[in-house]
Amino acid sequence: MSNYLYLLWIPLLPLVSFVVLGLFGRKYLSRISGIVGTASLLASTVLSFIAANQYFFIDGKVNGVYQKIIAFKYTWLEFSPNMSIDLGFLIDPISVMMLVVVSSVSLMVHVFSLGYMKGEERFATYYAFLSLFTFSMLGLVLSANIFQVYMFWELVGVSSFLLISYYFNRPSAVAAAKKAFIVTRFADLGFLIGILILGYYGGTLDIGLLIERLTTIQSTQFISITSASFLGASMLTWGLTSVFIGGAGKSAMFPLHIWLPDAMEGPTPVSALIHAATMVVAGVYLVARLFPIFSMDETALTIVTYIGAFSAVFAAIIACTQTDIKRVLAYSTMSQIGYMMFALGISKNGGENGLGYMASMFHLFTHAFFKSLLFLGAGSVIHMVHSNDMKDMGGLRKGMPITHIAFLIACLAIAGIPPFAGFFSKEEILMAAFHANKIIYGIALFTAALTAFYMFRLYFSIFWNKEASIHSNHQAHANKIEHEDHSDSEGPWTMKLPLLILAACAVGVGFVPFSNFVTSNGAPLETHTNLLFSIAPVALTIIAISIAASLYKKQNTKSDKIVTAVGGLYTAAYKKFYIDEVYLFVTKKIIFPFVGQPIAWADKHLIDGFMLLLAKITSYISASIKGLQSGKVQNYALYFFGGVLALSILFIYIWK
Amino acid sequence: MNLSLLILVPLVTALAILFAKGLKQIRVIGLIGAVAQLSLATWILKLYMVERAAGNSATHLFESNYSWFTTLHINYHIGIDGISLAMILLTSVIVVAGILVSWTMDKLSKEYFFLLVLLSMGAYGFFISLDLFTLFFFLEVAVIPKFLLIGIWGTGNKTNSAMKLALMLMAGSALVFVGLMGIYYNTNTFDIVEITQMGISVGVQKFFFPFAFLGFGIFAALFPFHTWVPDGHASAPTAASMFLAGISMKLGGYGCLRIAALMPEAANSYSWIIITLATIAIIYGAFATMMQTDLKYINAYSSISHCGFVILGIGMMNKTSVNGAVIQMVSHGLMTALFFAAIGMIYSRTHTRLVSQLGGLLKVMPFISTVFVIAGLCSLGLPGFSGFVAEMTVFMGSWQNPSGDYRFATILSGASIVVTAVYILRATGKTIMGPISDEHALLADATWNEKLAAGLLIIGILIIGLAPFLINQLIMPSTNILMSPITKAITLK
Repeated sequence: MSNYLYLLWIPLLPLVSFVVLGLFGRKYLSRISGIVGTASLLASTVLSFIAANQYFFIDGKVNGVYQKIIAFKYTWLEFSPNMSIDLGFLIDPISVMMLVVVSSVSLMVHVFSLGYMKGEERFATYYAFLSLFTFSMLGLVLSANIFQVYMFWELVGVSSFLLISYYFNRPSAVAAAKKAFIVTRFADLGFLIGILILGYYGGTLDIGLLIERLTTIQSTQFISITSASFLGASMLTWGLTSVFIGGAGKSAMFPLHIWLPDAMEGPTPVSALIHAATMVVAGVYLVARLFPIFSMDETALTIVTYIGAFSAVFAAIIACTQTDIKRVLAYSTMSQIGYMMFALGISKNGGENGLGYMASMFHLFTHAFFKSLLFLGAGSVIHMVHSNDMKDMGGLRKGMPITHIAFLIACLAIAGIPPFAGFFSKEEILMAAFHANKIIYGIALFTAALTAFYMFRLYFSIFWNKEASIHSNHQAHANKIEHEDHSDSEGPWTMKLPLLILAACAVGVGFVPFSNFVTSNGAPLETHTNLLFSIAPVALTIIAISIAASLYKKQNTKSDKIVTAVGGLYTAAYKKFYIDEVYLFVTKKIIFPFVGQPIAWADKHLIDGFMLLLAKITSYISASIKGLQSGKVQNYALYFFGGVLALSILFIYIWK
Repeated sequence: MNLSLLILVPLVTALAILFAKGLKQIRVIGLIGAVAQLSLATWILKLYMVERAAGNSATHLFESNYSWFTTLHINYHIGIDGISLAMILLTSVIVVAGILVSWTMDKLSKEYFFLLVLLSMGAYGFFISLDLFTLFFFLEVAVIPKFLLIGIWGTGNKTNSAMKLALMLMAGSALVFVGLMGIYYNTNTFDIVEITQMGISVGVQKFFFPFAFLGFGIFAALFPFHTWVPDGHASAPTAASMFLAGISMKLGGYGCLRIAALMPEAANSYSWIIITLATIAIIYGAFATMMQTDLKYINAYSSISHCGFVILGIGMMNKTSVNGAVIQMVSHGLMTALFFAAIGMIYSRTHTRLVSQLGGLLKVMPFISTVFVIAGLCSLGLPGFSGFVAEMTVFMGSWQNPSGDYRFATILSGASIVVTAVYILRATGKTIMGPISDEHALLADATWNEKLAAGLLIIGILIIGLAPFLINQLIMPSTNILMSPITKAITLK
């Protein structure tokens, strides 16, 4: 087995860049901080590709199976002799695949930001945070210990917070960042409890050992976790469901999705990296990481399936109504992650039945490229138009040809038109769903059609529709924002190059023979593209695209008529089905007035009041008896006399 | 190594301050004394680790024992284990930081610095004592300065706060004293080592444990005897708040731990009460914090919540949880001191601590704001900072207890991490971020002394947060020894 210790550099380089830029960037490196960050990440990316090459092609399979390798391990925090947080790297197909995805998308975003964020006052801080995020995400995917996953999980959360609130003097950005952190923190509590449960019964926090013990039916650990139950469900179900809650929070699954659309307040490249390609799929990755254990518990998998499927269709419906282009993309992300989730949920572990697992990872892989492309494309558009709203856009295909082509490719890819990347991965998911569960298959098909519709609604609204009305808009905004440079409407090459590279990926990555590399048990899986099977989804997609074209390609009133016809449903979807309002109601109207305020009140008045009462009683008693020590001899004589009298009476009459 | 140096250095510093003239001389002497403390503590750490590495597995190292009141069996018996050494290091770091942030204290500076140094002397004496009477003596030495510091240099309703704090802590001392007397009259000694060896009869334990534990619990902000904390901290001047939260409250936690180890059977049978109170403190403190509007009150209430983890860890009574409790003491000490330092820096510039009147400080004070954010992130238990290590160790330990009720308590306490995130982000979002008001737009960032103070505390937080195996190496062997009577008591039952 060859040495993988050099993998340490992959997360360490961004960490070094974070520390250097964080400490000295502002003062000494403000000009070159972008270059520093990008260079360190370029090195990481190259190393990731070297690692992938070594893992998949040089070392390859042993007995037909890709090995799980522990590259290194260091006991970081020991709780008790067999429970400890070990920092280590687990190298297996999914972690290597994620390394490649995270580092390459992050590199593209780093390059894009060189142009997009140019002239920002806190340019160095931006790159420092970007490096921090990349470090945390790379650490997360390489984790060999479930508590280590949790640590990096929290770190990506805080990097996300810092980047969303990058424009810190904008109250909406701060509110969005807070919301993202708190909602995911709430979910993380589930993850933590899940870790406690699985760790307690598994007797270890090491992922490999945990999987080994909890998938062996005869093992004492498996027997104890399945025989212990609470409220009718086994502790295995509780543990896995709790872990899934954590994953659902990060991956914006219903009903914990509310933070994702708001997170679009961050700079657009950040949305491309964190809220489209990498951090939000961490939940999927987590379930995949523990998939062998999940596959032992039907209940937990069913929960994953239905939450995933519901989120997919729910978000797709909302996406059809939003007008902020970044929010459309955010809901689209949520919908696509739902796809990945339910694909995991319907899968079994190993062999032919493991198709769902493979498909899910494949979709994660392709989605990362075309979704980050969509966001970066949107970034270019926003950079030019200075608005997030589709209503301010239209006819941009002439002014920004490169962005236009790249965006079109990405739309075709996400819609699932062959031969673009999304087609292949989506087909595998549909195939898996078709074999496993017809209801899910129906939902998936419907969602696929919706996806095509809202993506092309977006595409036509930006690049076609009303013609060249943007120029006045452009002028108006240009006066407001001074630091922008508009000599080239599509931005500098640093912004165009990533679009081109990612567009190439969105075309090409579908041809990667993914099932040879990443499967549930490490052995290659035979997949066949069935042309007959593909007819239905592709036809549906094309119909959906034509509908979108007829409604939005030219300016017309057809779409408004439909809106009036659908009425309440449209409003409900436009208002995101009022989920935000429910949360606001629970926090603002229930937790604050009925939990927080009473506690604060009770503390001041009851508990502290009781202490004050004790003090008052003491001072009252002392005040009332202090007169006894007056210093007047005649009073003392009187008390003395009274005492003698009382004692005499006591002895003579009562005592006898 | 003569541990009495730990008392001698502050004592000499305090006397030197009395003879110094003017703020400039006083603060330099104070700083020299504080740095001497820190160097001494670090040196002791080095010697301690060398001894341990050489295979010295005695419970306490560097012991010395002098008879004090022979007839009453009171000895000046001192010695340290890993736990007390951790506390000593914590104290010395906070003293340096506290002196540095008081750099411009021109009101009665001689008295101010004198009291700060005196307080640290009491703390050191407390942590090195192996004799219950000596321990109590130093506990009292550490109480009085707090009253004066708040009453004279405080802000707001300072007289009331000072009285409340002093009276409640005195009540705590009185309870501790009753407990110690109970132990003394049944064992005829004050010596902790001897008592541990001979044990105390279970009946006596059950009667006197509540007194002693509750007494120390008041120092550690045990619910419902925590009400001195918010007012006391809020009224105290910056350095005093740092000392109060960073050092004084630790006297309580440390005392609780020692008492539990001395009376293991009683501790075990009362553990459910301890856990209940701790859980309430954690979640109740967190919610109460959420409703506060004054930065100092926010930090003070959050201290109640965080100190609940110390008590919870002790109450859960296994090696992991107690280890977590000790780490939490150190972590909380550093973190709150940092928080109070940051709040003090903000207050001295803006003259307000109300969240609603602040905003966007990141723009004018990037350093102070970063310090504030770091303290906040540590408080909400972000990995990489000490809070994460401490809280997770307590959780892991608590979960080892298979009883359903204890699991419930653990989950409830765990829920506090969400509430903590809410109040920390609210405070950060409003004060550090958002738009800045015009009157604050020209304020200056931290001065060198403030930077140094914050930097020192942050280094401490990072050492624990990034390399927890170091602190584990120091305290784990000692907690294991400390816990062996308790483990025995639990298994016998």
